[in-house]
Amino acid sequence: MPVPILRVEDLKTQFFTSRGVVQAVDGVSLHVNEGETVGVVGESGCGKTMTALSILRLVPEPGRIVSGHIWFRDRDVTKMDVEQIREFRGNDVAMIFQDPMTSLNPVTRVGIQIEEAMTAHERFSARDALGRVVPLLQRVRIPAADRRKEDYPHQFSGGMRQRAMIAMGLANEPSLLIADEPTTALDVTVQAQIVTLLKQLNRELGTAIMLITHNMALVASICTRVIVMYAGRIVEEGPVGQIFKNPQHPYTWSLLRSVPRVDETRRSRLVSITGLPPDLVRLPPGCKFHPRCAFRVDRCSEDEPSLEEVGDRQVARCWVLMRNVPQEAAKELEAVTISQEAAQELKAVSELEEAADGS
Amino acid sequence: MAVPMPSASLELQHDWDVPEQVGLWTDVWRRFRRNRLAVGGAVIVVILILDAALAGVLVQLGIIQDPIKQHVETSLAGPSAQHLLGTDYLGRDTLSRLMFGARISLSIGILVQGIYVLIGGTIGLIAGYAGGRVDNLLMRFTDIWYAFPDLLFVLVLVSVFSPSLLSIFVAIGIVNWVNLARLVRGQVLSIKEKEFVESARAVGSSQIKIVLRHLVPNALGPVLVTLTFGIPAAIFLEAALSYIGVGIQPPTPSWGVMIQDGYQAIYASPLQVAFPGIAIAITMLSFTFIGDGLRDALDPRMRR
Repeated sequence: MPVPILRVEDLKTQFFTSRGVVQAVDGVSLHVNEGETVGVVGESGCGKTMTALSILRLVPEPGRIVSGHIWFRDRDVTKMDVEQIREFRGNDVAMIFQDPMTSLNPVTRVGIQIEEAMTAHERFSARDALGRVVPLLQRVRIPAADRRKEDYPHQFSGGMRQRAMIAMGLANEPSLLIADEPTTALDVTVQAQIVTLLKQLNRELGTAIMLITHNMALVASICTRVIVMYAGRIVEEGPVGQIFKNPQHPYTWSLLRSVPRVDETRRSRLVSITGLPPDLVRLPPGCKFHPRCAFRVDRCSEDEPSLEEVGDRQVARCWVLMRNVPQEAAKELEAVTISQEAAQELKAVSELEEAADGS
Repeated sequence: MAVPMPSASLELQHDWDVPEQVGLWTDVWRRFRRNRLAVGGAVIVVILILDAALAGVLVQLGIIQDPIKQHVETSLAGPSAQHLLGTDYLGRDTLSRLMFGARISLSIGILVQGIYVLIGGTIGLIAGYAGGRVDNLLMRFTDIWYAFPDLLFVLVLVSVFSPSLLSIFVAIGIVNWVNLARLVRGQVLSIKEKEFVESARAVGSSQIKIVLRHLVPNALGPVLVTLTFGIPAAIFLEAALSYIGVGIQPPTPSWGVMIQDGYQAIYASPLQVAFPGIAIAITMLSFTFIGDGLRDALDPRMRR
């Protein structure tokens, strides 16, 4: 029986701006088990990062956690005082950020920054902390770690900086590492290295990983479970294999269709999700995805569905569910999008040819 | 977004992959050294400092003359072998007085910066880091302070304390810390939003550590430049005060006092105004060049 180390219950995080109340996280409940790898996916602005920042109580002004509980083992993070929360960050749950270029202090040596992450807590003495820097850097595969620890961040490449960030995150052996888009700022080969590294660290150290990303491929290669978020709420959740094979929420389905694939034939076109994510100050009534949903029914604009079990350990928040959509209807949608795009491309080509003839 | 594939081994780098170790300040020094004007300024400043430090010893050794001793019979003499830069209206050796004057000017110029850092730096740091109401309160206080006309303010303060080196030094410091407070606050405001500060928070660093390790070192560059530019400004202010007569009191030689003395006999011997004037100009220019050089050297966009 897996033991949950983190349980988020009905979390609501809101930003009080001059435009109104932004409901960044709206009633999210989730859990992470010991040693588990969970992916949290969704478009920009769907509340993934804010959920993560809420867990560490790092929500920036003018935002604040309005209600809900965050249980780490048997302690409620939302009730911790300043000193407890400082001790909690890095020690129990650590977070690494999107941009490794700006996440390290440019005027301090890398080794010192990693050491600092340890001396901030009581787990390691000052001497142990110093001694652990090189093994940590080696663990994240920094070559010549004993000398590279003397480097400044600008002397590190992007991938190395992200690895140094991971070393910093792991310095106090937290039980959970939250990685917020850890590969977005890196190029593809380096991404692959970071992915491999995260997987290895999860296996070797048993650190649970919560991976926040919009990259479905990344989720598929690391995670065992995936949580799909939209407009500050969870719309679907389940084991990775199941979600990828049988997505039930139209949003998940569309997300998966919008990922380019190397193995696909040249004829097939990418499907994009029409429209934009909703304004979090004025959310639409009913299902928050219905204005962009191709399969909506009347009810979708009136009632908001709740998360219902739709399969083995799989839940989705939808009145329709993809399994009830006839295959042909889904195919047709792809065909329509494809023909539109094909027409545009043809037009572009003919314009180019005309331009070439003219010159 | 393409599909990331698990990669091959990560450990294929060798020793020659490790670039030369260059620290931030080593790098800054390298770029500073390439700026000829700045280096020239630095050399002159070093000479001035040496001269100010050694002036007393040089008098004892008899290499230069006593700056206070009067020789009325040779007053307003032109440059000669005995008095390289001539004498003033009381027959005192101008070269010697200039060298002693450097003591006053440099010590005021540099020490006043310490007061700026103490008052302005602290207020700016607290305002920027605390933000919100504290920031508002401190910055409005700063604005009010700024609204007083500086020269008048210094004049009032100096006359209250009675003119002396210490009172001038304190008065200039108390009046002019405002710019530094604003600069530091601005720096801190922008740095505290940087991701590395957030990631320091995310690993559980304490507030004090974040301020001392992350905010202060990253704000240092622009602060250093401003302080360097502040030195000539303070020197100039001291000269102005001494010229008006509320600064350094005669017979102690200061460049401002010397201009005032020379002014009394400007038609008889214009050189006696020109020499201290030139000294002030050279000193100010040197510090300005150093400031320029530092600013360029600290600017990452100048990195080549």
